[in-house]
Amino acid sequence: MTRLLPLLGILLALPAPAADIPRAERRSGFDFMSAPNREMQRDDMLNPGMLWVGEGEALWNRAPDSGATACSGCHGDAKESMKGVAARYPAFSGKLDRPVSLQQRINLCRTEKQRREAFAPESRPLLALTAYVAHQSRGLPVAPPQDARLDEHRARGKALFTTPLGQLGFSCAQCHDDNWGRHLAGSPIPQAHPTGYPIYRLEWQTLGSLQRRLRNCLTGVRAEPFDWDAEEMVQLELYLMQRAEGMKLETPGVRP
Amino acid sequence: MQTSSRLLITRRAALAGAAALLTVRPAFGTPESLAAAIRDFTGGVEPQSGGVILDLPPLVENGNSVSVTVRMDSPMTPEDHVQALALFTERNPQPNVAIFHLGPRSGRAIATTRMRLATSQTVIALAKTSDGRIWRDQVEVIVTLAACVEG
Amino acid sequence: MNMARISFPKTAKKGEVIEIRTLISHVMETGYRPDATGRVVPRDIIRRFTCRYNDTEVFRADLWQAVAANPFISFTTVATESGRLTFTWDGDNGFSHTETGDITVT
Repeated sequence: MTRLLPLLGILLALPAPAADIPRAERRSGFDFMSAPNREMQRDDMLNPGMLWVGEGEALWNRAPDSGATACSGCHGDAKESMKGVAARYPAFSGKLDRPVSLQQRINLCRTEKQRREAFAPESRPLLALTAYVAHQSRGLPVAPPQDARLDEHRARGKALFTTPLGQLGFSCAQCHDDNWGRHLAGSPIPQAHPTGYPIYRLEWQTLGSLQRRLRNCLTGVRAEPFDWDAEEMVQLELYLMQRAEGMKLETPGVRP
Repeated sequence: MQTSSRLLITRRAALAGAAALLTVRPAFGTPESLAAAIRDFTGGVEPQSGGVILDLPPLVENGNSVSVTVRMDSPMTPEDHVQALALFTERNPQPNVAIFHLGPRSGRAIATTRMRLATSQTVIALAKTSDGRIWRDQVEVIVTLAACVEG
Repeated sequence: MNMARISFPKTAKKGEVIEIRTLISHVMETGYRPDATGRVVPRDIIRRFTCRYNDTEVFRADLWQAVAANPFISFTTVATESGRLTFTWDGDNGFSHTETGDITVT
């Protein structure tokens, strides 16, 4: 990450109009990858993320030790019941009076319905289940819920996206709205749409969540990363999904 | 003045020493280790250029995972076939990548895997044919984000 | 099993050359990476992959730590007879995993 410092300094000199990307110009991170990496995502036999989808399917059908039912006991065949779900998350939880991510929703089921401990953030079973559920929305357009209770949270997410952060004082928007397509340390800057999550990131050599990716970005601008499942994380995700409204979900994505 | 510069050197040396302890980085491969690994495969037979083809992109986004194919045109009959395809790197911490053992049951002499590249370097492919010959191809790859050096 | 994925045609003509593609979950720890405390994580890799076709080994791969995590291996074999293909991955720390698949050859 240190090699980014001088290059980010160059970006400081550029004008910062801070405009949203026009709808027709929105492109997934998929489009910024090399041909071999696109092939790796497209082909289910090449895509390592599909290993987690397979693990998630097994977990979906396995009853927990508590004697409660498996996910399939309530939700049946995920191919039917989970179709479209990931496309409309984060969603508002009336019970918690705040938006929750898909992972948080899975953990709510885990603790309340299955009477088991919540999965730790970024743990393998949680990632596998999230990948399996989100995979059922692959190919569907991102469809943020029209829920007025989300408005203030979405606005907060947008504020986070456009506020300069960290010692380097960069906002997400400066790179991802204003300078997408340009190169940083030899790599193209994508537009930062969360259409593939959880993703198999080559840099991680494993599957990981949007929150993990956001933490990488925050570290990159020398900001203290938000805690796992922090309110700010969910609000950012809420805004990012709104910004990607209509784009197709790709889970599991592959990214460099 | 002398006292302070001595202190400065000591501090700098101490920091450098500490940094060396903290930096756990594998040494890059040496020509000797590569030659030894190749000799293990060839049994001393001198490779000739041609025959085997190494498919590898010249520019790679991330060295943690790069698709690589080794192949060779061969009738793959009991009398004339490729026995093995092997991959080596010039500068990874250790030179071997994979050896694929084939035979007449293979039908075609081809194998694909995904490899790690620690840095920009030359990747070498060798094929061993049933007539005892060794064939060689190589590709120079530029890696924009390297593998092996950090978690 | 959700740990590995195999792909090959379920049916083939005798003498046809078929492509087999395999993907398995494995960290392929190189033995060079430091963990959060700075200590090097010991090597933990798959060392060997074999494919047996009705008890005859038809393909074998020796792997080193330069093979990427979650190894993908693809190769070809001649469809000689109906039967079972057995895929085995063996590695460090007693790692061993087997998958099988049947093929009908006409």
